[in-house]
Amino acid sequence: MSPPTTLTAWIDGIGLIAPGLPDWATAIDVLAGRAPFASAPSVLPAPALLPAAERRRASRVVRVALATGLAAVDHAGADARRLPAILAASTADGHNCVALCETLASDDPRVSPTRFHNSLHNTPAGYWGIATGAMAASQSLCAYDGSFSAGLLEALVEAASTGQATLLIAYDAEYPAPLFAARPIPDAAGIALVLSPAPTPASRARISVTPGDAAATVLADPALEQLRGAIPALRGLPLLHALTTGHAGRVQLEYLAPLSLAVDVAPC
Amino acid sequence: MLPLHLAHYTQVSCVGDGLAPFRDALQRGSGSLAPCRFHGTELPTWIGAVAGLDDSPLPAAFAAYDCRNNRLARRGLAADGFDAAVRAAIGRHGPRRVGVILGTSTSGILETETAFRQRGADGALPAAFRYAGAHNTYSLAAFVRAWFSLEGPAAVVSTACSSSAKVFAAAARMIHAGLIDACVVGGADSLCLTTLHGFASLELTAPEPCRPYDAGRQGISIGEAAAFALLERPAATTSGVLLLGCGESSDAYHMSSPHPDGLGARLAMEAALADAGLAADAIDYINLHGTATVNNDAAEGCAVGTLFGHGVPCSSTKGLTGHTLGAAGALEAVACALAIADGFLPGSANTRHPDPALPLDYLLASRSATVRRAMSNSFGFGGSNCSLVFGSAA
Repeated sequence: MSPPTTLTAWIDGIGLIAPGLPDWATAIDVLAGRAPFASAPSVLPAPALLPAAERRRASRVVRVALATGLAAVDHAGADARRLPAILAASTADGHNCVALCETLASDDPRVSPTRFHNSLHNTPAGYWGIATGAMAASQSLCAYDGSFSAGLLEALVEAASTGQATLLIAYDAEYPAPLFAARPIPDAAGIALVLSPAPTPASRARISVTPGDAAATVLADPALEQLRGAIPALRGLPLLHALTTGHAGRVQLEYLAPLSLAVDVAPC
Repeated sequence: MLPLHLAHYTQVSCVGDGLAPFRDALQRGSGSLAPCRFHGTELPTWIGAVAGLDDSPLPAAFAAYDCRNNRLARRGLAADGFDAAVRAAIGRHGPRRVGVILGTSTSGILETETAFRQRGADGALPAAFRYAGAHNTYSLAAFVRAWFSLEGPAAVVSTACSSSAKVFAAAARMIHAGLIDACVVGGADSLCLTTLHGFASLELTAPEPCRPYDAGRQGISIGEAAAFALLERPAATTSGVLLLGCGESSDAYHMSSPHPDGLGARLAMEAALADAGLAADAIDYINLHGTATVNNDAAEGCAVGTLFGHGVPCSSTKGLTGHTLGAAGALEAVACALAIADGFLPGSANTRHPDPALPLDYLLASRSATVRRAMSNSFGFGGSNCSLVFGSAA
């Protein structure tokens, strides 16, 4: 049997939207404990790069995915058109799903074409391409509560195999009733990273990721820890926390039990 | 990329369980599509349903995963000794070193559609409703990972109709990065009201068995299937079929219409050839995406003609099985593997008059031929494109 493999990349850009954490610049001080965390609903900007009709109709998963992805690309000073995009989410658009299921259960089960194409897990990836013009490969993954780590692994492998910077966008949003009872995700959130296979002038930290079995790192602040557990995309928060400490460290990210990901973080 | 071995592969679709009925259908050009009478839903279209799923629940130990999609996956695992081949690979490599990367578009949504018809007065879903093991997009890979007691990396790729083609690319990257030594790849996608009514709303379902690339094509026939392959690094003595290259691209054009010139499709095919280190004239057969919609076949045909000229034998096999959506990429990878292993070019069932606007060497009937290398195309909503190149190991 082979020993575990370690994958290394450099983080060139970070995007974040979470309840009470409207962007990465704000989150740095909160995660580092320099500013208090104040819970508030996630604010999801309309995707300015989409044509007007699509912009107005953009769902919450599309908004959170595009906004966090574009924030990470801007932070890295990268060109979105050139980046392979790895999207990872535990759900598609929950509001659309409930509306579609209600229609299909009704006496008139005819659905609208827009409802149908918005039901796809890869709808945000499709709109990412339409918004940015990126014709590079994109990926849409799901690994339930392990979706952040599944996306991180895929992005690291993509960067290693292509030798090019790769964009990870991990996001989720809520279901309304009655599906909320079965899957109680409270709000939308997203974490995006531009991962480069070699250091660049924009690099902020080096990460080395090794599959293992350690328990996931718990955040010291109970409110932030509650967010980590409540929204699958925020299983990546311990990595963002480590980036705010200013020194090297190791965090463990939840993946698919018994497997977790050990992430060694070293600032550049 | 370095080639990978399709150490084992199989399928279940409306033509039957395993390679034998699929090979027979491909060679005879006769499929098993029937008028749509699915769970009381009558629509003016034809579908490719797999028989016997309604009355064959998963074993009690896997009840948390029970849904039509995972029942279909289990049938696929049981076909052609695929289950035993995976267990042998786990014995060789260990449960941490065998990945599970599978494609689906709608997973177990049929369970949720049914649960919505059974809501109580308060609107709540029935207490027996299960989300994680059925509805959630990951439930397919969760079930297969649990079935084999695996502990390695896993994910579902859900990019509509390219899903189970892209799993080959994702698994190949993961094996070459050294994370795993083998991977269960493929897909399962099962009939549900979302896709039957959804494609009908787009006016993309044909009122007849679908006729890919026909001048009079009227749209798709929706099917369901599970198809699996076990990918491993080849040994020096490996025979059989290899994955030689993968190419992926995005249309960046429209959510449910292909780029009219097939630009994204062409980029995916070019990338797959480059990944395999092959020129276009090295391809002996192309299994087209060929859904039989007016726009898809026109866009793909344009892209194939631009890249390959008009001399490469090609066909769509969706007239046999219907369009199995998130399982189509893996099902048609298996079709390519059979064409290579058994030396034949599959014809296009139901197609009578190939579209003269798409001047390709389009195969109406199957015939014997040496197929050293075959390409399979899969293109999905959201502009997600994937082309794979397979070849003979000998």
